Amino acid sequence: MIPVEYYFVLSALLFFIGVFGFVTRRNLIAMLISVELVLNAVDINFAAVNRLLYPQGMEGMFMTLFVIGVAAAESAVAIAIIINVYRNFKSDSVDSIKNMKW
Amino acid sequence: MEIYSYSFLILLLPALSFVILALAGMKMSHKTAGLIGTTSLGLVTLLSYCTAFAYFTADRTAEGAFATIVPYNFTWLPLGNLHFDMGILLDPISVMMLIVISTVSLMVHIYSFGYMHGEKGFQRYYAFLSLFTMSMLGLVVATNIFQMYTFWELVGVSSYLLIGFYYPLKPAIAASKKAFIVTRFADMFFLIGILLFGFYAGTFSFDFTVSGDVRAMAGAAFILPTALVLMFIGGAGKSAMFPLHIWLPDAMEGPTPVSALIHAATMVVAGVFQIARMFPLWINYAPEALSIVVWVGVFTAFYAAAVACAQSDIKRVLAFSTISQIAFMMVALGVCLPGHESVIDAHGSLGYMASMFHLFTHAMFKACLFLGAGCIIHAVHSNEMALMGGLRKYMPITHITFLISCLAIAGIPFFSGFSSKDEIISACFQYSPVVGWIMTGIAAMTAFYMFRLYYGIFWGTENKEAHEHHTPHEAPLTMTIPLIVLSVITVGVGVYSTLAGFLGWGGSFGSFVTANGQDYTIHFDTQIAVTSTIIALISIAVATYIYKGEQQPVADRLYKTFPKLHRAAYKRFYQDEIWQYVTHRIIFRCVSTPIAWFDRHVVDGTFNFMAWGANEAGESLRPWQSGDVRQYAVWFLTGAVALTLVLLAL
Amino acid sequence: MFCILAVVIIGSALLCVTTTRIMRAATFMLFVLFGVAGIYFLLDYTYLGAAQISVYAGGVTMIYIFAIQLVSKRTLQGLNEKIKTGRFIRGGLAALVALVVVCLIILKTSFLTIAPDNTELSMEAVGKALVGAGKYEYVLPFEFISLFLLACIIGGLVVARKEEKQS
Repeated sequence: MIPVEYYFVLSALLFFIGVFGFVTRRNLIAMLISVELVLNAVDINFAAVNRLLYPQGMEGMFMTLFVIGVAAAESAVAIAIIINVYRNFKSDSVDSIKNMKW
Repeated sequence: MEIYSYSFLILLLPALSFVILALAGMKMSHKTAGLIGTTSLGLVTLLSYCTAFAYFTADRTAEGAFATIVPYNFTWLPLGNLHFDMGILLDPISVMMLIVISTVSLMVHIYSFGYMHGEKGFQRYYAFLSLFTMSMLGLVVATNIFQMYTFWELVGVSSYLLIGFYYPLKPAIAASKKAFIVTRFADMFFLIGILLFGFYAGTFSFDFTVSGDVRAMAGAAFILPTALVLMFIGGAGKSAMFPLHIWLPDAMEGPTPVSALIHAATMVVAGVFQIARMFPLWINYAPEALSIVVWVGVFTAFYAAAVACAQSDIKRVLAFSTISQIAFMMVALGVCLPGHESVIDAHGSLGYMASMFHLFTHAMFKACLFLGAGCIIHAVHSNEMALMGGLRKYMPITHITFLISCLAIAGIPFFSGFSSKDEIISACFQYSPVVGWIMTGIAAMTAFYMFRLYYGIFWGTENKEAHEHHTPHEAPLTMTIPLIVLSVITVGVGVYSTLAGFLGWGGSFGSFVTANGQDYTIHFDTQIAVTSTIIALISIAVATYIYKGEQQPVADRLYKTFPKLHRAAYKRFYQDEIWQYVTHRIIFRCVSTPIAWFDRHVVDGTFNFMAWGANEAGESLRPWQSGDVRQYAVWFLTGAVALTLVLLAL
Repeated sequence: MFCILAVVIIGSALLCVTTTRIMRAATFMLFVLFGVAGIYFLLDYTYLGAAQISVYAGGVTMIYIFAIQLVSKRTLQGLNEKIKTGRFIRGGLAALVALVVVCLIILKTSFLTIAPDNTELSMEAVGKALVGAGKYEYVLPFEFISLFLLACIIGGLVVARKEEKQS
């Protein structure tokens, strides 16, 4: 039997690796990939809580299901934006989006 | 009592005409503007006469004095215990001043129709005249010292505006600034005096019968005299006493009717009026301080008379003559002797009545002299006596009226100046024989220089070349009628008062205005009257001998013998230069410059530094707006962690 | 089993965020997704695992691959991204601190674990719950998410559309 803390720690590690990746990377797509990591970490968390702490309900599972769906949609829109950015700024680096800078 | 409720119109009508002429004046024709100004003033004059008639024919109070009537008095600005009121006070001197101001102002308004004809800014001129009249009227009917101060300042402003009327000319601007600054400087002392008075007495009002306050204040022995003397300094500035007289000769840069109205008859007597107003306090609680008034007045009178003997510009001669005559009025007020137990004694306070009488008569004949000078300047187009001479053939009316006024100022019987000046000299002899003889001597000098002026203008050699180009002609009717009216008043008052004084009739000035309001029949002291008349006649004879003929050998010889003295007198004994030195070297250099440095570097420096600091703070915060999403994420994370820690700690 | 999966996930994640080449990052992400699916299978959530593999590992990764091809032409051709040291340290520090905090919280809290009964969640139960309108049933989110997906598709199309040339 795997204690629930292990799942939480795993989830936390994955989450913060994702955050680290988001902060560090310069390429837009790489940032998005890091965001996906974060979302997946959250999914693990929901699933573990549901199964190990509240097995009679199904909320966690459905939450995870919907998060997967939403994440997919969000990736699609984000990629559409990145394509637009690439067209206007001719670069896939986040530094090129400088219009709001002072 | 009905007439008193209309008294506010006396102030309202000129104010309205000022507003109308100021706002819409440029859209009207000259004639309309002049008519509006003159009509409103005519109504004011009529109203003043009716008020005066009602006042003086009303019943007297139990002590036989005229009642002090206050038709309007409302609190304008309450400040804790003190309050500034605005109101109208009717009192023998204020009613007399109403008559004087409105009459002279009306004459000036009519006169200006002719004198300022064709002048650019005609409407502006009438607007300012209305403003001035309103301010002066407000000053004399003030119910409390603060209202008087307010209108005092207004009068100063009107004077500034009117002196600087020919503002394209540099001398006019300089003169108006000088007048305003000198009087403002004096008013600083006035204000301190008012504040002292108000603080200790607990009231600003002229109602001195509220005896508790004033006596309590008199208990603080030196406060009341100090406050009164400070107020006197303010009055001295406005009334051109030495050494604050320097603005009055320069004020002659303004148009001549303005000089007649403001600087001869009305504004310059404001200082005298102020002392008369506060007279119960002076005489009861600060009789020693009156000696300051006396000696300042005596010295000023002598100084001005000496300078007037050597001036060549006719308006300057008249200006110094005004200074001298006002000094007479001040001296008259100063020589009053206190009575017993705070009851003012009409005989001991003869000077009060004499001063007010002289104010009245002086206003009339001095205005006549100035307006006459205006006619002459209008004819000859110059102020200098050297360019005049022999004008009696060309300007008969001006000649006669000018002569009448000169006789009045010299103190010849049957002209009004005799009665008033005689009373002043009697009062001086009552106080001290020394002062009496000095004033008699100055009266002789007055006669001398006035007749020097008269002969210089109307007799002597004609300026033939100028007269060929442009024959001087008599002034138009609008300018001569005021002259005639004023001389008639002079003669009329003169004849009646001379006869009344010698024959002991009542109804002369003393029945109207005295220090305690009671009836006082003027009796001329025969000794003094005869002495002064003889001295005046001698002075006139000397002047005639020296100045009447075509050539003036005696004058030239005197000039050659005392060149330095003459030059000093001509330059007014270098008074202006002394003032310049004091202000530039001492005040500007030692006081103003350090203060200016402090202001620029310390005061401004503090604010500049704060602004610089704010700027720097903003600049340092600017990089936060980097537009860099990742940085935002880092801060977001940091914030979330910090929040969690805080919540954990709690 | 769990340990292996954990190592795979964490290792792939670390490599994913630190590699300089984009394609490699995408590949490592794929591995992470597979690992997560494995976790779901371990938790007896078969349906969830299946959904993860089909949607995430299949669909989303494909989108990313295509996006990379479209956008990062120069990066693909070998121009590698350099990670600035300063940013590395700052990000790492922040993440580390946050991690420590979170782990402390987790480990300090005592959870009441209820042992599962080792039966897998039946598909029938899932299906019934998904379209049921009862108290704990999920038809409303289901409908909502379908609308939401539609909106996203349209949004994505609009945003990424090529501008019409002015003719």
